Amino acid sequence: MELFTSIFVGIIIAATPLVFAAIGEVVVERSGVLNLGVEGMIIIGALAGFAFTVETGSFSLGVIASMVAGAAMAFLFAVLTQSLMTNQVATGLALTMFGLGLSALLGQGYSGKSVPTFPKVDIPYLSDLPFIGDLFFKFDILVYLSIALVIGVLWFFEKTRTGLTVRAIGDNHHAAHSIGYSVKKYRYLTIMFGGACAGIGGAYLSLVLTPLWVENMSSGRGWIALALVVFGAWQPVRAMLGAYLFGGITILQLHSQGFGITIDPQLLSMLPYLATIVVLVLISRETVKSKMRSPACLGTPFYASQ
Amino acid sequence: MKRWRLLAWGIVALCAGFSLNISAQAADKFKVGFVYVGPVGDHGWSYQHHEGLKAVQKAFGDKVETTYAESVSEGPDAERVITQMAQKGADLIFATSFGYMNPVIKVAKRFPKVKFEHATGFKRAKNVSTYNVRFYEGRYAAGIVAGRMTKTNTLGYIASFPIPEVVMGINATYLGAKSVNPNIKLKIVWVSSWFDPGKETAAAKALRDQGVDVMFQHTDSAAPMKLAQQEGIYAIGQASDMHSFGPDAQLTSLIDSWNPYYIKRVKEAMEGTWKSEDVWGGINSGMLSFPEMNKVVPAEVAAEFKTTVDAISAGKFHPFTGPLKKQDGTPFLADGEVITDGVLASMNFYIEGVEGSLPK
Repeated sequence: MELFTSIFVGIIIAATPLVFAAIGEVVVERSGVLNLGVEGMIIIGALAGFAFTVETGSFSLGVIASMVAGAAMAFLFAVLTQSLMTNQVATGLALTMFGLGLSALLGQGYSGKSVPTFPKVDIPYLSDLPFIGDLFFKFDILVYLSIALVIGVLWFFEKTRTGLTVRAIGDNHHAAHSIGYSVKKYRYLTIMFGGACAGIGGAYLSLVLTPLWVENMSSGRGWIALALVVFGAWQPVRAMLGAYLFGGITILQLHSQGFGITIDPQLLSMLPYLATIVVLVLISRETVKSKMRSPACLGTPFYASQ
Repeated sequence: MKRWRLLAWGIVALCAGFSLNISAQAADKFKVGFVYVGPVGDHGWSYQHHEGLKAVQKAFGDKVETTYAESVSEGPDAERVITQMAQKGADLIFATSFGYMNPVIKVAKRFPKVKFEHATGFKRAKNVSTYNVRFYEGRYAAGIVAGRMTKTNTLGYIASFPIPEVVMGINATYLGAKSVNPNIKLKIVWVSSWFDPGKETAAAKALRDQGVDVMFQHTDSAAPMKLAQQEGIYAIGQASDMHSFGPDAQLTSLIDSWNPYYIKRVKEAMEGTWKSEDVWGGINSGMLSFPEMNKVVPAEVAAEFKTTVDAISAGKFHPFTGPLKKQDGTPFLADGEVITDGVLASMNFYIEGVEGSLPK
């Protein structure tokens, strides 16, 4: 039972950075923008969160700093792609490389430093429940925040007018523009929201998961988050489940190895990408496309004068 | 007008002279390139190699120009990076990861005048040397400490890829621990990466949850050490002194010291006495050392560790001495027989007692 609990908890913790980054990217892509710079924003968030926590001793400030830093990176992307009309794919890739390089440079003094253990919540009664308490009510606050975020985004898209507008912009920016919505303004906001989410995801990595700062520590999680968005067919809840599935595979295969059951680790690390390719193939078939809800304007630039 | 033109020409001449001067200087310098598999800030494997680069720069000052490329993945990317280095005029290139083996051999054929050194590999050419450290010596000795310190009789090993270097590390660790503790169990987890702090932490946590109380790592970040510190268990550091990540957790560590080797080889290459060689340095070569033992280790265990290290260093004892059997029970070394370097360098099987199967 104890082992079950710790595997379950391990899965949730391993998946949480992916949940944050993927949910942010869902919002960005639903507004019709493809930001491939998630990896760069995660790593900048990881450094900002770690550095501010070390300097100020406050986790809250660290987490806020990671959001601000991620959003700042995203703002750069927004200026380039929305105002200067650069190519989104190239700019996103550049953002990733820029983030990895910049964080390595700025983070030189922080590798080897340490932060205290991130506090876990203690909910009266609930946390003390046998088994259930250990399973669900002893995480750190950020895990609950990530779940709240997913529900919030779902509600935003399904129940609010602004959410509907964002979806409209993602599906047909010309139509949205012609009835008076500022495509640029909405996209700036969604892009920065995505950046802030990726930033928190990074902070989770450097403050809770490991907790340390080393350059390159995101190790490709930004790309997995991007894959999860497609895997989840741009649905917030599906993207989250995808993240848990991915975390689950990772943790379970580590445990199974410890027990002496060997499934090729190479095969398992391939699985999420394979699943994404399958989904991509499905999407490329026109008939399924509408059901998959791929934003129709994804990755296409918007020129107001056209 | 004339004056302006004169000024313009003057500037052009000045620039030309300047750039000539620069290129003349650059041509004088001996260029050494380093290729790393991880970031230089990993506080492990690549970090130690980068310390070597700094030592070379310090030893030769402005006679040498050093360059490096970090986080170069093993495979086609490596070939591109090494080719670029050779094209840019590097005289000597150190490629510091096992997976660079084939790319190095390929590029070396195309650049016969450039000298190459490949760490931990076994393919050589006229202009390709190989060099490595007998880490298994240190792992055997550390295994003794772990075997004495464990309370659960369960040791954990976070492994990267099933290459001979890692396989011999696992076997040596097990043999060392087993020599002092017959009930020892070694749990192995493969993470398929040299550097992924998140995954290394998850692997360490999984091992911890399965009862491991002394952790070995064959990956390059300090994340497993950090987890051991948090969980209140012990760990053996990798590649560098990881004391700052686990002041209570680190029992000892295997410190790679490439500096003397790098300085020696650069000197030889500059003087023209460089030859293609196969260097495999053990504890006695100074390429492998240990930090101060953790205070929690009892004096008699520390003494046992030192005796073993001294015996290995003096060549009186080899960790792989028979009688030994392979995992499937087939005899491998007869009583008193010592393994040959050739067999060791291509080891692709577990020895008897190690559990689990080796991924292919």
